[in-house]
Amino acid sequence: MKRKLLAILAVAGVLQLSGCASLGVQPWERDLLAKDEMALGAEGVDLGLDDHIYFSKEATSGGRSFAGGGCGCN
Amino acid sequence: MQLKNKGTVATALAGAACALLGSPAAQAEEEMLKDWQFDTAILYYGETDRVSLAEGVINATKTNDDDSIFNVKLVLDTLTGASANGAVAQPYAQTFSRPSGKDGYVVKAGETPLDDTFRDTRVQVSSSWMQPFADTWRATGAVNVSNEYDYMSLGLSGLLEKDLFMRNTTLSAGLSFQFDSIDPVGGTPGALTSMLTPTYIGDDNEEGEDEFEWDDDYEEGDNKTGSESKTTTDLLVGVTQVINRRMLMQFNYGLSVVDGYMTDPYKLLSVVDNAGITQDVVYEGRPDSRTKHSFFVQTKYALDSGVVDVSYRYATDDWEIDSHTIDSRFRFNLGDNNYIQPHLRYYQQSAAEFYRPFLNQADPLPMYASADYRVGEMTAYTLGLKYGHKMENGHEWAVRAEYYQQDPKNAGFDEPGVLADLDLYPSVKAVILQFNYHF
Repeated sequence: MKRKLLAILAVAGVLQLSGCASLGVQPWERDLLAKDEMALGAEGVDLGLDDHIYFSKEATSGGRSFAGGGCGCN
Repeated sequence: MQLKNKGTVATALAGAACALLGSPAAQAEEEMLKDWQFDTAILYYGETDRVSLAEGVINATKTNDDDSIFNVKLVLDTLTGASANGAVAQPYAQTFSRPSGKDGYVVKAGETPLDDTFRDTRVQVSSSWMQPFADTWRATGAVNVSNEYDYMSLGLSGLLEKDLFMRNTTLSAGLSFQFDSIDPVGGTPGALTSMLTPTYIGDDNEEGEDEFEWDDDYEEGDNKTGSESKTTTDLLVGVTQVINRRMLMQFNYGLSVVDGYMTDPYKLLSVVDNAGITQDVVYEGRPDSRTKHSFFVQTKYALDSGVVDVSYRYATDDWEIDSHTIDSRFRFNLGDNNYIQPHLRYYQQSAAEFYRPFLNQADPLPMYASADYRVGEMTAYTLGLKYGHKMENGHEWAVRAEYYQQDPKNAGFDEPGVLADLDLYPSVKAVILQFNYHF
């Protein structure tokens, strides 16, 4: 099961990378992407607070960043 | 006249102070803070009849001349209220001992047993440094310390990022290590050992407080030991890709290996007979290793005046908890200085293999068992709305209000006798209120 998973990941990774070269924009086309609200970590404080709530109340954590932990969270 | 004099003196003093220190000091301060950005927030989280939490965050970020970024974050939170102790409701009142072992509490007939003693304050400090190098590389190192009354956590992490194809693609790989130690109030109970229950003798005293009586041979701290610990190692690899002028995507794979004490020392399980009547109450016990995999994909799409942000996460682990999470935020700009942002989140998880809502007296005691609904089958959703405003001085504030509901489900367990008529899977409803200020 683990090997299969790794194989799928490897193939997906290679496909992703080879596809990447043809995607994307020129530097002068970044007007929209450069906006603060388009950053992946925009609203970082909100995301951190949400992570703390859902980490305490649900069995899964992480994904966006490290699964971590760091609280007793009764 | 006197007032006037005072005013004159104060003005003169202020003028003198300004002349002596004021302007150069203010300039120096401004100069020093011009590279700093501050994000602050206060949050209230409150569940109906259960836990409530107040949390404050100060996040300071400094961008240096070489584009390196220093960040320091302080989080303070305080928690009070009641939490489900794991035992099942019964058609009669039940008595439990508090974690300290020095007191007890009574739960009314038909009600889900809640332990209302939770009270904790947590302080967390984290800091990171991001250093760009060799034009297309970035390295980030971070430390994290969190402390509360019965829990302490120390973490270290590192992340390496590489830009490719005119910065349209970014590859990332990170490693994090965390050490947690827990020192439960009243000691660490042995897994699946009986809780020593006191007898309720009434509230017929001056203060009208509940009074309890213990067996003669009861000794505080019986069947309990000292502190416990666990380590968590996380690996995270990811690809971020610009798709076109409006859209970018991120894919992450995360592996998390946890070793050590993962039991919740305050959670219990009821042991019931064929009629569903509680015969014994035992402390829960969870396996001491867990390996988790997570797959995360996020898309951000720029509208003419707004942003669509949708993410999906699939997670699976060797406790047999599989989960799906869809999280989405839709930002609509109202002119240049205002926006509203609805938030929708849906979450679904399957039960851990050792999850049992209760134990049957007739069955042999399992090696591990937990009745904590948070490792049981459930769905949850969040509905929220945020409003943000940018002021003339460039500072920004925002408010957000959300509703969060968890609906635990029966993962296929029979409910013998009286349990069939009781609500063993009550929903948990919470509101979240938050205020942000950015300067």
